[in-house]
Amino acid sequence: MASGFREEAAGWLAANFPPALAFKNPQPYLTDGGYADADADFCLWLRRIADKGWGAVTWPVIYGGAGLTVAHERIIGEEMARIGAFNPNRSYGMMMLGPTLLEFASEEQKLRFLPPIARGEARWCQGFSEPGAGSDLASLQTKCVDQGDHWLVNGQKIWTSGANHAHWCFCLVRTDTTRKQGGISFLLIDMATPGVEARPITLISGTTHFCEVFLTDVKVPKENMVGALNGGWTVGKRLLQFERDSLAGNRAEATPLTELARHYVGTDGQGRIANSDLRARLIRNGIRAQAYSHTVRRAGAETKAGLKTIAVSALKNLGAEVSQERADLIVEIMGNAGLGWEGQGFTAEEIEATRAWLHSRAFSIYGGSHEIQNNITAKQTLGLLDHQ
Amino acid sequence: MAVLNEEQRMLRDAAEAWVRDRAPVTALRALRQGTPAPGHDPALYAEMAEMGWTGILAGEDHGGSDLGLLTMGIVAEQLGRHLVTSPLVSSGVGAVSALRLGGAPVLADEWLPAIVEGRAVLALAIDEGPRHDPAAPGLTAAREGGGWRLSGAKRPVINGLAAHAFLVSAATPDGVALFLVDAGAPGLTIAPLKEIDVRGAALCHFDGVMVAEDARLSTPGLLDGVLDRVRAVVAAEMLGTAAQAFDTTLDYLKTRMQFGQIIGRFQALQHRAAALYGELELTRSAVEAALAALDDAAPDAASLVSVAKALAGDLVRRMGAEMIQLHGGIGMTDEHDAGLYLKRGRVLDMSYGDVAFHRERYALLNGY
Ligand SMILES: Cc1cc2nc3c(=O)[nH]c(=O)nc-3n(C[C@H](O)[C@H](O)[C@H](O)COP(=O)(O)OP(=O)(O)OC[C@H]3O[C@@H](n4cnc5c(N)ncnc54)[C@H](O)[C@@H]3O)c2cc1C
Repeated sequence: MASGFREEAAGWLAANFPPALAFKNPQPYLTDGGYADADADFCLWLRRIADKGWGAVTWPVIYGGAGLTVAHERIIGEEMARIGAFNPNRSYGMMMLGPTLLEFASEEQKLRFLPPIARGEARWCQGFSEPGAGSDLASLQTKCVDQGDHWLVNGQKIWTSGANHAHWCFCLVRTDTTRKQGGISFLLIDMATPGVEARPITLISGTTHFCEVFLTDVKVPKENMVGALNGGWTVGKRLLQFERDSLAGNRAEATPLTELARHYVGTDGQGRIANSDLRARLIRNGIRAQAYSHTVRRAGAETKAGLKTIAVSALKNLGAEVSQERADLIVEIMGNAGLGWEGQGFTAEEIEATRAWLHSRAFSIYGGSHEIQNNITAKQTLGLLDHQ
Repeated sequence: MAVLNEEQRMLRDAAEAWVRDRAPVTALRALRQGTPAPGHDPALYAEMAEMGWTGILAGEDHGGSDLGLLTMGIVAEQLGRHLVTSPLVSSGVGAVSALRLGGAPVLADEWLPAIVEGRAVLALAIDEGPRHDPAAPGLTAAREGGGWRLSGAKRPVINGLAAHAFLVSAATPDGVALFLVDAGAPGLTIAPLKEIDVRGAALCHFDGVMVAEDARLSTPGLLDGVLDRVRAVVAAEMLGTAAQAFDTTLDYLKTRMQFGQIIGRFQALQHRAAALYGELELTRSAVEAALAALDDAAPDAASLVSVAKALAGDLVRRMGAEMIQLHGGIGMTDEHDAGLYLKRGRVLDMSYGDVAFHRERYALLNGY
């Protein structure tokens, strides 16, 4: 492979990535379908990537992928980063559901559901959490009953990210009330089905990232169950691993905060950031961020070589901590200018940073909370058992 | 507060009851929906004045009770608990202190009774840029005719949208002084700043504003003296905010069920709660020591104020984050109060010097 592919990737990106999107924050496109749809440059970029087959670089061609290797994928990623481009297809479907279907779905299901994900055409949301089932996900209650020619689903999901813009939802439902984990099934629900209602919930950052989803007498075709009846916990757990993988890796690269601090805090006679305490904490975060990037890269290399590597739960927590601390430091650097909500007197960057800080509090909650990740690391990696 | 006298205990209980009945967090939510001006509820502020809170630091000759900062801290802590937003600190602490310490008896006689009665709201116009740097204002006051001409800008001016007059820090040929400027003065424009929290913050432009010679307050150490009083009371308010965030979270640990038990049974969470409890107690001692030192005019008061403000800033920010974390998903929603505590904590930390400012100041004052 090697150098030829890198040149090909660089050339294709130069010709096809819309310059208007360069160095823009990709997050809103990936979490807010409405925002993405309204941006012509983004839609063009997504279509071009899809046509090239790079929406799902490593997936087999028959499922809409490019059939390339992880190494190719990494090169594309590096070349994108060089010109400020981003992967427009980092959706929940792509990151979580796709890899799960590749492992657990029937051939029919793969041919039906994977290509639209690879092309970024089908938007998916994750219907796992319920009001009474968060960390203790397996206590979920949404009922799914066999009605002969279809499933009948009743219940409520909550914190469902992007449900108001999603076409489909992958759900965990209860098909047997006598067993906890062993009574759960994995179901794919079309959001347009009668009885599905998504009510947006406003976050502390002012955006509506997630929803309550009410499921009332929702009829789901029999062929939409993935894996065996009552075998959904295994499928769902695997999906949560893919979610953790994607969360652990995606916080790796961050530019240093020195420029920002110089601008807002100023420097002393020797060019050092003027406040010694803030400076010390910025240094600490810079060091940890750099070590974290190395850890992500090492984990990738070790995984590729088939070696045992750092527990993904520990990696997720490290990434969340480093980025939460960073988001907090940015607002602290901005000082009074970091207190803006909207309107005059603040730059767009300042408002965005403030809201990003508020949103960052969720990093240690979604995808399994900080505490649950630590429990997993302690038990599964370190062999420490419950005290009870 | 540790060992309160009878009078202070009664005041604390009265403040606690009043806040619960009249100014719970729903009052802040209502203000958030409203238009920017004035950033607080004037009817509630009138009740606070009626109860004597605006006069706690004023002398009896001006209608005050002169009970001192420790007593003011008791009230501020209760207000902080339920995120009450009012000009009490700006006007009842900042302006009252400036007028008492400023060596301008004519101004004091003119304004203190109105402040104590709640008829007048005064705001401190100190900060200008992103960071608190009171020693070096960019706003200048130049002598002109028999008075002074003020030129420059101030932001954020807390309660600036409600103020009838401002106490403006300015660089003069003889050092930094405060000037009392009427809100209606020609050349002064006041624009709202919409922040993450409600406090009637404003951006004030002083475009050659003329004030009389006797509008100047200038005694040795005045600005630091005023700011330290404000900082200590804000630290007490932050303590209250953190204490309530803690109490609410503790309640949740005792009611939320997961894995068939209350989540407060998990040792990981027990240890977090125990650690936060310790931090709360540590901060309470520091806040109390700072308030008492100011009341006693102790020589190390400035250092103790920075100890209190730095600790309270750390605590309130950490508590806001933990409140969200320990509530899980619901804590991230606007409908839940956790986000309001996080935002208030951030804004209070940034007011009159944040953690970084006060650690640095502590270091300088103590030869680090
Ligand atoms: C922004 C955001 C987006 C989300 N998107 C989705 C989505 O798309 N789909 C979806 O299904 N869910 C989603 N979630 C939900 C998320 O997965 C849950 O919030 C999370 O699993 C925690 O559950 P909970 O909110 O019920 O908190 P709880 O489980 O009630 O936890 C409350 C607190 O108790 C702690 N705790 C619980 N059990 C233990 C234990 N055994 N030991 C120690 N501490 C414990 C938790 O760590 C937490 O601090 C999202 C959440 C957020 C904030």
